[in-house]
Amino acid sequence: MEEPAGWRPPWETARAAGGSGAPPAEAPRDQEQAPWHFRRHGPGRWSRGPGTPLRRPREDRLVGGVAAAIAGRMGRDVTTVRIVLVVAAVLSGGFVAAAYVVAWMLIPMAGTQRGLASRALADRRGLALVAGFWSVLILVRILASVFKAGWLGSLIFPLAVAGAGLILIWRNAAEDEQAMMRRQIQPLLGLTTGSRRTGLILRLTVAVILLAGGIAALQSAHENVALLRPLAGVALLISAIVVLLGPWWLRIARDLVVERQARVRAEERADIASRVHDSVLQTLALIQRRADQPQQVVALARAQERELRSWLFDGRPPGTIDEAATTLAGGVRLIQQNVEAQHEVAVEVVLVGDCPLDDDLTALLAAAREATVNAAKWSGANVISIFAEVEPTEVSVFVRDRGKGFDPQTVPADRKGLAESVRARMARRGGNAAIRSAPGEGTEVSLTMPRNVTEASQA
Amino acid sequence: MSDTRPRVFIVDDHALFRSGVRSELGDDVEVVGEADDVAPAIAGIRECLPDVVLLDVHLPGGGGQAVVTALKPEHPEVRFLALSASDAPEDVIAVIRAGARGYVTKTISGSELVDAVRRVAAGDAVFSPRLAGFVLDAFANGPGPGQQRLSLDPELDQLTGREREVLRLIARGYTYKEIARELFISIKTVETHVSSVLRKLQLSTRHQLARWATERRLA
Repeated sequence: MEEPAGWRPPWETARAAGGSGAPPAEAPRDQEQAPWHFRRHGPGRWSRGPGTPLRRPREDRLVGGVAAAIAGRMGRDVTTVRIVLVVAAVLSGGFVAAAYVVAWMLIPMAGTQRGLASRALADRRGLALVAGFWSVLILVRILASVFKAGWLGSLIFPLAVAGAGLILIWRNAAEDEQAMMRRQIQPLLGLTTGSRRTGLILRLTVAVILLAGGIAALQSAHENVALLRPLAGVALLISAIVVLLGPWWLRIARDLVVERQARVRAEERADIASRVHDSVLQTLALIQRRADQPQQVVALARAQERELRSWLFDGRPPGTIDEAATTLAGGVRLIQQNVEAQHEVAVEVVLVGDCPLDDDLTALLAAAREATVNAAKWSGANVISIFAEVEPTEVSVFVRDRGKGFDPQTVPADRKGLAESVRARMARRGGNAAIRSAPGEGTEVSLTMPRNVTEASQA
Repeated sequence: MSDTRPRVFIVDDHALFRSGVRSELGDDVEVVGEADDVAPAIAGIRECLPDVVLLDVHLPGGGGQAVVTALKPEHPEVRFLALSASDAPEDVIAVIRAGARGYVTKTISGSELVDAVRRVAAGDAVFSPRLAGFVLDAFANGPGPGQQRLSLDPELDQLTGREREVLRLIARGYTYKEIARELFISIKTVETHVSSVLRKLQLSTRHQLARWATERRLA
């Protein structure tokens, strides 16, 4: 059974090495990351230097994480290392499996400095259990020799080492590693207590028959020279194991996927939390500190509201600034943003439709900006409304305030200047500008620009 | 309108906001009750039968929409004014279509809110500039260049020219009085136009408006 994804995207690789699960003892993370980093980019061979310690990662593990540790150290793919280990374990008659368990005990987890072995040696009850386990094995060994089952006898030694190792690991592993092991074993326990009893019994029967057939074939191979029989025996053995353990493997694979999804969700949540912290919480803190300056508080709240809204409804992450708008709506929002930031007024925007910007519409936006800034500076109103509508043949923008207004007949020079410049700007592009104002009633600047219809539909 | 003060019921899940609204409404209306969620709101409104319910669009137990849908059939005389900090068009449209008489944003000033409550109590509709913008967008004329629109179906193009004008002025921030003066019509006529837009909004082919809202969200 192999890890469903041999290749991992770089961020995951980095995370796997960095260890993000349960908070461990904070060890030097940079060191841990180094081998993984080299694995992707460097020549990646034995020559990793003495500075990169061998560590079992928290995430990329199937049993004890030893294969991942070796892979990280050697700069090889985990999957390759796993296959090599499994093949070696079979060929060596179980000795590599025993070595694996020993390595499991000796190699420290990522983020820690010491392996399990030192703790295990101090675990008296664990050692007593091991002694008991060994006595059982000795009994089995004697029985095996009585029944002339030599193959069982040859397995005893690796079994003794591996079993003892597993007992000690189980008892002495750190909390989080124990939790991981429990998760791996859980489905196996479910095999015996599962609700679908009949399926289990059927599977057990099939497995036992296959197993017996396989063992018998292997046993008789010594007497019979027919080459096919040991092969058939191996095949039967393997299928027995698959029938018996297949569902469990599947479940482990599924759990790995589920775990990954959970991690992705957790990352998302962390991302949202950090964004909210950077924007909303910071602003709230600022607001509390400036509670005595209502103008600034309002400006802060407005800016924050705008940012949050554009994040929630338009999907633009906070902190991104529209450097250059490419659509009319974007341009109007930019005006809103800038004027609110610079002049401590609220700008209410209502948009109907949208279209890409061209030179004419850029001129329209420039005029709208001038009108808005002017209203912010002179009208004395604290709210300015912008209404922009895109119609098939023209685009209109209205900038309105409810400030003090003025009498168009007796315009002060500076305002006349504005009116003229806005009007001229629009006229050059074939557009129209009208300014309506009366003392005490506020001002409204209406701007319209015919659309350049490049698509032949309107021409 | 009669000289009795409108009786108002406030539904919002933020206690802070409820008390804020209460104090802003002041003595111009009579606040007869408040609730913080759908179930207590339905029970409370059934009991005191207010003239106007100020209804938060977003409520934990199903949204303001659920309150309107539950009460509209048995108490058509109770009027709902949606109040929201959110501008997601589909939420607003959903409450309006469920039967609310209007929609205003939470940033509205106290006096404007009192005005809106009075207007809704009198049976008229209240559109905020933003809602007017939504409606104009939803009933837009035809697909502009480079712009995907839904009005390929002529049935959706239901607004009269006058209604469109009124909506445009609302979107520009005009009050009903200013609109009346601008268009040389009476305030009552303005109110009639807005109410008729509201009716169209509520009755027009359901799925097109829904689709419009979704598309806008995606855009």
